[in-house]
Amino acid sequence: MTTNTLPLWIEIIVAILLLASAVLTLGASWGLVRMRTFVQRMHPPALAYVGASWCVTFASIVYFSAQNEGPQLHVWLIIILLSITVPITTVLLARAALFRGRRLNDATLPPALQPKTPPPTAPEQH
Amino acid sequence: MSPLLSNAITITLVAYGLAMLLALWRMLRGPAAQDRVLALDLIYIIGMLIALVIGLRYTSSMYFEAALLIALFGFVSSAAMAKFLLRGEVIE
Repeated sequence: MTTNTLPLWIEIIVAILLLASAVLTLGASWGLVRMRTFVQRMHPPALAYVGASWCVTFASIVYFSAQNEGPQLHVWLIIILLSITVPITTVLLARAALFRGRRLNDATLPPALQPKTPPPTAPEQH
Repeated sequence: MSPLLSNAITITLVAYGLAMLLALWRMLRGPAAQDRVLALDLIYIIGMLIALVIGLRYTSSMYFEAALLIALFGFVSSAAMAKFLLRGEVIE
Protein backbone atom coordinates (compact mmCIF):
# COMPACT_ATOMS: atom_id res chain seq x y z
CA MET A 1 0.00 0.00 0.00
CA THR A 2 1.43 3.36 -0.93
CA THR A 3 1.70 5.76 1.96
CA ASN A 4 0.77 9.35 1.30
CA THR A 5 2.37 12.12 3.28
CA LEU A 6 -0.26 13.37 5.70
CA PRO A 7 -0.82 16.96 6.83
CA LEU A 8 0.81 17.80 10.12
CA TRP A 9 -2.37 18.37 12.12
CA ILE A 10 -3.64 14.86 11.37
CA GLU A 11 -0.37 13.38 12.57
CA ILE A 12 -0.57 15.49 15.73
CA ILE A 13 -4.12 14.22 16.42
CA VAL A 14 -3.08 10.60 15.88
CA ALA A 15 0.02 11.00 18.07
CA ILE A 16 -1.95 12.60 20.91
CA LEU A 17 -4.58 9.84 20.81
CA LEU A 18 -1.89 7.14 20.84
CA LEU A 19 -0.04 8.72 23.75
CA ALA A 20 -3.30 9.09 25.68
CA SER A 21 -3.99 5.39 25.19
CA ALA A 22 -0.47 4.57 26.39
CA VAL A 23 -0.98 6.59 29.57
CA LEU A 24 -4.40 5.00 30.20
CA THR A 25 -3.05 1.48 29.72
CA LEU A 26 -0.13 2.11 32.05
CA GLY A 27 -2.57 3.49 34.62
CA ALA A 28 -4.72 0.38 34.30
CA SER A 29 -1.83 -2.02 34.93
CA TRP A 30 -0.35 0.11 37.68
CA GLY A 31 -3.73 0.15 39.41
CA LEU A 32 -4.00 -3.60 38.98
CA VAL A 33 -0.69 -3.95 40.81
CA ARG A 34 -1.33 -1.33 43.45
CA MET A 35 -4.91 -1.98 44.65
CA ARG A 36 -5.29 -4.16 47.73
CA THR A 37 -8.48 -6.21 47.45
CA PHE A 38 -9.96 -7.90 44.42
CA VAL A 39 -13.05 -5.70 44.40
CA GLN A 40 -10.82 -2.65 44.13
CA ARG A 41 -8.67 -4.35 41.52
CA MET A 42 -11.67 -4.85 39.25
CA HIS A 43 -11.84 -1.11 38.55
CA PRO A 44 -8.51 -0.04 36.96
CA PRO A 45 -8.70 -2.37 33.90
CA ALA A 46 -11.80 -0.44 32.81
CA LEU A 47 -9.39 2.36 31.87
CA ALA A 48 -7.83 0.06 29.29
CA TYR A 49 -11.10 -1.56 28.22
CA VAL A 50 -12.82 1.74 27.48
CA GLY A 51 -10.37 4.64 27.36
CA ALA A 52 -7.37 3.09 25.67
CA SER A 53 -9.33 1.07 23.12
CA TRP A 54 -11.47 4.08 22.16
CA CYS A 55 -8.36 6.23 21.76
CA VAL A 56 -6.57 3.68 19.55
CA THR A 57 -9.71 3.09 17.51
CA PHE A 58 -10.19 6.79 16.85
CA ALA A 59 -6.48 7.12 16.01
CA SER A 60 -6.70 4.40 13.38
CA ILE A 61 -9.98 5.73 12.00
CA VAL A 62 -8.43 9.19 11.57
CA TYR A 63 -5.19 7.80 10.15
CA PHE A 64 -6.70 5.40 7.61
CA SER A 65 -9.38 7.91 6.58
CA ALA A 66 -6.68 10.49 5.83
CA GLN A 67 -4.54 7.85 4.11
CA ASN A 68 -7.27 6.59 1.78
CA GLU A 69 -9.05 9.94 1.36
CA GLY A 70 -12.38 8.53 2.49
CA PRO A 71 -13.98 7.33 5.68
CA GLN A 72 -12.67 3.97 6.90
CA LEU A 73 -14.99 2.91 9.68
CA HIS A 74 -14.33 -0.83 9.95
CA VAL A 75 -12.16 -0.37 13.06
CA TRP A 76 -15.37 0.68 14.79
CA LEU A 77 -16.14 -3.05 15.06
CA ILE A 78 -13.52 -3.32 17.81
CA ILE A 79 -15.40 -0.84 19.99
CA ILE A 80 -18.72 -2.59 19.36
CA LEU A 81 -17.25 -6.01 20.18
CA LEU A 82 -15.56 -4.76 23.34
CA SER A 83 -18.60 -2.89 24.61
CA ILE A 84 -20.65 -6.09 24.26
CA THR A 85 -18.15 -8.55 25.73
CA VAL A 86 -16.41 -6.65 28.51
CA PRO A 87 -19.48 -6.25 30.80
CA ILE A 88 -20.20 -9.98 30.50
CA THR A 89 -16.68 -10.91 31.59
CA THR A 90 -16.72 -8.34 34.39
CA VAL A 91 -20.05 -9.47 35.82
CA LEU A 92 -19.09 -13.15 35.63
CA LEU A 93 -15.78 -12.45 37.37
CA ALA A 94 -17.47 -10.37 40.06
CA ARG A 95 -20.00 -13.13 40.72
CA ALA A 96 -17.19 -15.70 40.88
CA ALA A 97 -15.23 -13.52 43.30
CA LEU A 98 -18.29 -13.00 45.53
CA PHE A 99 -19.09 -16.72 45.49
CA ARG A 100 -15.55 -17.81 46.30
CA GLY A 101 -15.04 -15.08 48.90
CA ARG A 102 -18.24 -15.88 50.77
CA ARG A 103 -17.35 -19.54 50.92
CA LEU A 104 -14.04 -18.52 52.50
CA ASN A 105 -15.81 -16.01 54.84
CA ASP A 106 -13.86 -13.10 53.45
CA ALA A 107 -14.63 -10.12 55.70
CA THR A 108 -13.80 -7.50 53.07
CA LEU A 109 -16.70 -8.52 50.82
CA PRO A 110 -20.11 -6.85 51.16
CA PRO A 111 -22.79 -8.97 52.85
CA ALA A 112 -25.47 -10.69 50.85
CA LEU A 113 -28.56 -8.61 50.10
CA GLN A 114 -31.03 -11.23 51.29
CA PRO A 115 -30.45 -13.92 53.87
CA LYS A 116 -30.91 -17.41 52.58
CA THR A 117 -34.56 -18.41 52.99
CA PRO A 118 -34.05 -21.74 54.72
CA PRO A 119 -31.35 -20.91 57.27
CA PRO A 120 -28.46 -23.32 56.80
CA THR A 121 -27.04 -25.39 59.61
CA ALA A 122 -25.26 -22.39 61.11
CA PRO A 123 -26.65 -18.86 60.66
CA GLU A 124 -24.46 -16.52 58.71
CA GLN A 125 -22.13 -14.44 60.79
CA HIS A 126 -20.71 -11.16 59.55
CA MET B 1 5.88 8.25 8.00
CA SER B 2 7.11 11.38 9.72
CA PRO B 3 9.44 11.17 12.75
CA LEU B 4 6.69 12.67 14.95
CA LEU B 5 4.28 9.81 14.34
CA SER B 6 6.90 7.07 14.38
CA ASN B 7 8.29 8.34 17.69
CA ALA B 8 4.80 8.45 19.17
CA ILE B 9 4.18 4.87 18.01
CA THR B 10 7.45 3.69 19.53
CA ILE B 11 6.66 5.34 22.87
CA THR B 12 3.18 3.83 22.84
CA LEU B 13 4.48 0.33 22.13
CA VAL B 14 7.05 0.60 24.92
CA ALA B 15 4.32 1.74 27.34
CA TYR B 16 2.15 -1.21 26.28
CA GLY B 17 5.02 -3.59 26.92
CA LEU B 18 5.55 -2.12 30.38
CA ALA B 19 1.83 -2.40 31.14
CA MET B 20 1.89 -6.04 29.99
CA LEU B 21 4.79 -6.76 32.35
CA LEU B 22 2.92 -5.18 35.29
CA ALA B 23 -0.19 -7.23 34.51
CA LEU B 24 2.02 -10.32 34.17
CA TRP B 25 3.38 -9.68 37.66
CA ARG B 26 -0.19 -9.61 38.98
CA MET B 27 -1.02 -12.77 37.07
CA LEU B 28 1.95 -14.68 38.45
CA ARG B 29 1.54 -13.42 42.00
CA GLY B 30 -2.22 -12.80 42.34
CA PRO B 31 -3.45 -14.20 45.65
CA ALA B 32 -6.67 -15.72 44.25
CA ALA B 33 -7.59 -17.34 40.97
CA GLN B 34 -9.89 -14.49 40.00
CA ASP B 35 -6.97 -12.04 40.15
CA ARG B 36 -5.12 -14.15 37.65
CA VAL B 37 -8.12 -14.27 35.31
CA LEU B 38 -8.50 -10.49 35.53
CA ALA B 39 -4.82 -9.92 34.76
CA LEU B 40 -4.96 -12.35 31.82
CA ASP B 41 -7.97 -10.51 30.43
CA LEU B 42 -6.08 -7.22 30.65
CA ILE B 43 -3.09 -8.82 28.90
CA TYR B 44 -5.38 -9.95 26.06
CA ILE B 45 -6.75 -6.42 25.66
CA ILE B 46 -3.24 -4.93 25.61
CA GLY B 47 -2.23 -7.48 22.98
CA MET B 48 -5.19 -6.39 20.88
CA LEU B 49 -4.11 -2.74 21.23
CA ILE B 50 -0.56 -3.68 20.19
CA ALA B 51 -1.90 -5.35 17.03
CA LEU B 52 -3.92 -2.21 16.20
CA VAL B 53 -0.95 0.11 16.73
CA ILE B 54 1.35 -2.08 14.64
CA GLY B 55 -1.29 -1.97 11.90
CA LEU B 56 -1.05 1.83 12.11
CA ARG B 57 2.73 1.63 11.91
CA TYR B 58 2.78 -0.43 8.72
CA THR B 59 -0.36 1.16 7.23
CA SER B 60 -1.90 -2.26 6.76
CA SER B 61 -5.47 -3.26 7.54
CA MET B 62 -4.54 -6.94 7.94
CA TYR B 63 -3.65 -6.35 11.58
CA PHE B 64 -7.20 -5.19 12.24
CA GLU B 65 -8.52 -8.72 11.72
CA ALA B 66 -5.84 -10.11 14.02
CA ALA B 67 -6.91 -7.59 16.67
CA LEU B 68 -10.55 -8.60 16.28
CA LEU B 69 -9.64 -12.27 16.69
CA ILE B 70 -7.51 -11.58 19.75
CA ALA B 71 -10.37 -9.64 21.36
CA LEU B 72 -12.80 -12.46 20.59
CA PHE B 73 -10.53 -15.19 21.98
CA GLY B 74 -9.83 -13.08 25.05
CA PHE B 75 -13.54 -12.78 25.76
CA VAL B 76 -14.19 -16.49 25.25
CA SER B 77 -11.31 -17.61 27.45
CA SER B 78 -12.02 -15.11 30.24
CA ALA B 79 -15.73 -15.92 30.27
CA ALA B 80 -14.98 -19.66 30.32
CA MET B 81 -12.55 -19.30 33.20
CA ALA B 82 -14.91 -17.06 35.18
CA LYS B 83 -17.72 -19.56 34.61
CA PHE B 84 -15.43 -22.34 35.79
CA LEU B 85 -14.62 -20.42 38.97
CA LEU B 86 -18.32 -19.82 39.53
CA ARG B 87 -19.63 -23.34 39.01
CA GLY B 88 -16.77 -25.78 38.66
CA GLU B 89 -17.91 -26.53 35.11
CA VAL B 90 -17.74 -24.52 31.93
CA ILE B 91 -20.90 -25.87 30.28
CA GLU B 92 -23.65 -27.33 32.45
